[in-house]
Amino acid sequence: MATTTTTVEQARKDRSQDRQKAMLADYFHKLAIASETGGQTVHTFVPGNLTELIRSFDLLPVLPEINALQSGMRQKSGEYIQRAEKMGHSEDVCSYVKCDLGMLAGGNVGLTGEPLPRPDLLLLSYTGCFTFMKWFELLREETSAPTVMLHVPYQADGRITESMREYVVKQLREKVIPALEKLSGKKYDEDRLRENLSRSAAAEDDLVFVLESAKRVPSPIDAYFAAVYYVGPIFSAFRGTEDAVLYYQELREEIEDRIERGLGPMTPDGLLPEEKFRLVVEGPPNWTHFRDFWRMFHSEGAVIVASTYTKVGGVYDDGFRHDASRPLESLADYCMGCYTNRSLPARVEMIANYVRDYAADGFIVHSVKSCNSFSAGQLLMLREIERRTGKPGGFFESDLVDPRYFSPANVKNRIESYLQMIDQKRAGGTSR
Amino acid sequence: MKCFVGIDLGSTTTKAVVLDEDGAVLGRGITNSRSNYDVACAVAKGEAFTNVRFSLCSRALPATTSLDSRKRADLIVDLERHFRLAQHRAQLQALRETVEEEIASIEKFYPHAPVKANVAQILDAMEAAAEPLFARGTARRSDFFRDIAASQYHREATKRACPEKLPFEALMAVFDKSILRSENRELALPFERGAGWAIEKSLEAAGLAGAPEADGLREVLRKAFAVEIEIAESVGTGYGRARLPFEKRQIRSEILCHGLGAHRMFAGTRTVLDIGGQDTKAIQVDENGIVTSFQMNDRCAAGCGRYLGYIADEMNLGLHELGPLAQQASRPVRITSTCTVFAGAEIRDRLTLGQKREDILAGLHRAVILRAMSLLARSGGISEEFTFTGGVAKNVTAVAVLRDLVQRNYGKRTLNISPDSIYTGALGAALFALRAGVKAREEEGAAA
Amino acid sequence: MDAPVVGESLESIVARAEDLTRDVRLDAVRAWKGEHPGKKAIGYLPVYVPREIIHAAGMLPVGIMGGGDQVEIVKGDAYFQSYLCHLPRSTIELGLDGSLDVLDGMIFPSTCDVIRNLSGMWQMLFPEKYVRYFDVPQDFDDRVGGEFYERELRSLIDDLAGLGGGEKVTDEALRRSIALFNENRAHVRAIYAARVKTPWLVPTSEVYLLLRAGNVLPVEEHNSLLGQYLEAARASARRPMDLARVALRGTFCEQPPIDLVRTLERAGCCIVDDDWVLAARWPKDDVAVDGDPVKSLVSAFLHRSPECPSVYLAEGKKGEALVASVKACGAEGVIFAAPSFCDPALLDQPMTQAAAKAAGIPTSAFLYSENTGQFQSIREQAGTFADSIKLS
Repeated sequence: MATTTTTVEQARKDRSQDRQKAMLADYFHKLAIASETGGQTVHTFVPGNLTELIRSFDLLPVLPEINALQSGMRQKSGEYIQRAEKMGHSEDVCSYVKCDLGMLAGGNVGLTGEPLPRPDLLLLSYTGCFTFMKWFELLREETSAPTVMLHVPYQADGRITESMREYVVKQLREKVIPALEKLSGKKYDEDRLRENLSRSAAAEDDLVFVLESAKRVPSPIDAYFAAVYYVGPIFSAFRGTEDAVLYYQELREEIEDRIERGLGPMTPDGLLPEEKFRLVVEGPPNWTHFRDFWRMFHSEGAVIVASTYTKVGGVYDDGFRHDASRPLESLADYCMGCYTNRSLPARVEMIANYVRDYAADGFIVHSVKSCNSFSAGQLLMLREIERRTGKPGGFFESDLVDPRYFSPANVKNRIESYLQMIDQKRAGGTSR
Repeated sequence: MKCFVGIDLGSTTTKAVVLDEDGAVLGRGITNSRSNYDVACAVAKGEAFTNVRFSLCSRALPATTSLDSRKRADLIVDLERHFRLAQHRAQLQALRETVEEEIASIEKFYPHAPVKANVAQILDAMEAAAEPLFARGTARRSDFFRDIAASQYHREATKRACPEKLPFEALMAVFDKSILRSENRELALPFERGAGWAIEKSLEAAGLAGAPEADGLREVLRKAFAVEIEIAESVGTGYGRARLPFEKRQIRSEILCHGLGAHRMFAGTRTVLDIGGQDTKAIQVDENGIVTSFQMNDRCAAGCGRYLGYIADEMNLGLHELGPLAQQASRPVRITSTCTVFAGAEIRDRLTLGQKREDILAGLHRAVILRAMSLLARSGGISEEFTFTGGVAKNVTAVAVLRDLVQRNYGKRTLNISPDSIYTGALGAALFALRAGVKAREEEGAAA
Repeated sequence: MDAPVVGESLESIVARAEDLTRDVRLDAVRAWKGEHPGKKAIGYLPVYVPREIIHAAGMLPVGIMGGGDQVEIVKGDAYFQSYLCHLPRSTIELGLDGSLDVLDGMIFPSTCDVIRNLSGMWQMLFPEKYVRYFDVPQDFDDRVGGEFYERELRSLIDDLAGLGGGEKVTDEALRRSIALFNENRAHVRAIYAARVKTPWLVPTSEVYLLLRAGNVLPVEEHNSLLGQYLEAARASARRPMDLARVALRGTFCEQPPIDLVRTLERAGCCIVDDDWVLAARWPKDDVAVDGDPVKSLVSAFLHRSPECPSVYLAEGKKGEALVASVKACGAEGVIFAAPSFCDPALLDQPMTQAAAKAAGIPTSAFLYSENTGQFQSIREQAGTFADSIKLS
């Protein structure tokens, strides 16, 4: 395969990454100077985020979950969590919440070293996770910011009913939009929203292409670790922007290029030389040991071809797109369709389908202590997916951002054992 | 002769198993050396090869001697115990040498205490105690040098210590500082020397020293001991080790080794439950012994041997006493806090409330096994025969509770326990080595 | 189990309540079905479902609160990691060992992620049973959350009609049921009021049992039991004791074992306010019996719900309701007892604890689970707390 890269190829390869870096830098800069410029922030959550709507008011969305995971990756979360525990929070509760509160109590210094602004509005998008409600009740208490609740009903029976949609749309009209109007001093501009939604749909098309490229053997992408970067813009403050459209266009071109040249995914340690294992992963990654965790897979030639975490901020590979022709309805459907808002049977089906459609050798359940929404029921899911697909499931435990709960030796042992197990089965020519 | 070696670096002991080309077990060795990995592996391997040579001896004898089977058996037993005695003495010597090197650094903290002289006396006493320790028919509490030495030294030190003139700590400090380092010294006794001496001594013991068969026997034994053994392939396993002293291609996960080893011991087994000191594993294997799924508990002490260790400490009992005592329970107590952090408090409370030790112990055993049961259920349950391995498998109450719970939840199932279960991982590793060897031969054959 | 005769002694009433509390395998429900062949029983998990609707459909609402300290978990642990609360484990255990077979359906209210996901697990494990996840609104506007909730309630009515073996939920039937449950709640309020005034006559360890007994009894019988209890308790010759008056918070979902409650009393705490068995006290007062009964239920939920960690606090400050209640009940301190791993209770706690502190109310906190068996440290902690209150 190609070993040298020309300048043109290099430029092509890095363009989407550069753009993402620039987007983030610009975004954080805007946040840093918000108080001077009168820029106002709306804090909200990744599942059920209404970026297109928020931006149609020229407001800036802030996602505390992303702050927390970045703190994890920067090795700051341990300190923040311990501070929160000293403040009286229990060891048993979600580490994202503790990380955020601990960071806030320490001056709320963000990724770039500049303090993040305090929220002007807490948009409590109550989607897929009950702890979100407590999180923002706590933030409200700390910051006295006005709070608006968007209750997104759970898809308990695996479908969205008209009643559920009506409820969400009504809340958007009667609660969320008025709150945004009040904060921004602007009137709701449906046309702007529609434009944003159209751009979202375009970006979503390209994102889905990228995610589905992993159906190829070998896969040109890692659909879990690397994909965390790919879904960044679409999950956070950029969906609906021109930048995001360009980012996904460029990303798609890069992936098309990789496909043409028969290249596997890039890893932090270089190009993956040989794809030995194809896996589907259920559950969020660990952030404090992200690279180490990734390395445990790629060093063994294991590529993740599909993951459920890359659907927490929205599921698009089932055909859903944000739809400018029915702006509020499609926002409602988007919220209700986020992965953690789906029923357990629906999640099982999604994963089983991934195992089949992406030609996986097996699947892994990564169970994180903090997240009851993901974790409760995963053991049953594990057995059910094994039964349906006949493929082996691996089960590992750690946490989101509490470093005390990631034990590299434990996890590595389990991953190695799991991969060797698959290997032995293939070599031994035994049943399946 | 060609052989295949498997080494399992466990948390407290290192095991080695040696197989011949047909996959038959030639020898096994175990050590609890806490030295670095290389030494532990070397010692375990050394022990295994010693075992190999003794079994070769055993095989060689019948064909070439006129001794009856009873006398032959005695001779082999004598050979081994003399060899062990020689080994023990060599290790004592190594300890002595290390003590000589370390003692100055301890003495300076106890300027007026006659440390050196007393330590020398202690070591002399241990030397004197060596032969009786390996006398015919003696049962030793442990076969590990460190355990024997520690207990002897401790006893002698207690006799000699005197709070004002010769503090106990001073004497123990010398031992503690020296013992690990002495384990590090190259295998204290080269095999040939120990073997040679053992041959002479056992011929003596059998009253055959001057007999006409003596030379013939010597020849047979020496030949058996000197057989050229070539290690064709080696595989290592060991959990949580930062670095195993093997090449990557020679390492296999201890879960796979364990499954394969258990399956080799009991071909009908499809489920393996291993409750070790530090972790618990539930493993499902297929008809070839290859793992199809597994579940582990390696973060939480509850459900591992460690839990029983805490209990033993809390109740001031030896680990081996827990099971038998629990068998005497008349009204087992229901223990709710399986967390080891609270186990101590719970035990103390219950004892204060007047609950009987054996009733509490019965409840505690049940708590440990219940955790294992949920791990088994997570991994897929018990569909057919299953095997129970690990230190806890020696606990009579644990086994009884397990049988009962398995029966209730899965119906009648065959439960296998091997007294050699500690070698399961090393056996599996050796089998992987054999497979690798077979594969290499096939590839060579194909290329030829 | 026979209904108590008028004039039954206090001891036998309490003993019966304890038997019913411990009836986690639902023998009482089996007996009821035996007496009413063809009728259905519908279980519900904490925290709140509108029992009136189940009742109006001619079915028995059965409150499921796990297995407490009565059930040894053998299979349940295979379904849940160690960092999740105990309630779903024992519930699954009871489901798998057949104890819950007597139920024709199970309702899972939107209390938290664990109960939410448990509804999906139930669908997968018991596909032949009716399973309903019940999403209560977190918007309390009549025209927004209210309209959604009304549709939810009507859809529940339709579901139950579809099960067969029930009765049509007419407005009239629903009003009758509402009246009965209003009576039930009135009894509870009366007991709680009596407890505030004369806690030595109405000790909490008994109140707890009386409330939980209602999980497996038809409401008519429970009304009768509650009435008799209060009468007998008032007539009892028990004497006041020197105890510290405390409010208990955190026990809103996974319930404490009865021995824990007794331990707190023995340690010197007289519990005059609590947040357990909330379904029995929800809403805070009568649901209107005139007009459209479904709309009445909606309105009651939106506007008359007690404060609860799993319900969004749209207005006011966290802890205000607690402080008000503490004052109204004459409590001198608050004990925060939360189940291990309970996100809603444990994340609420720092806020409510801070509010109590700001109001000068002493607090103490510990964790429990439904099967806690050892109370030594809790006894010490509660005892110290009670002493410190009494001495201050």
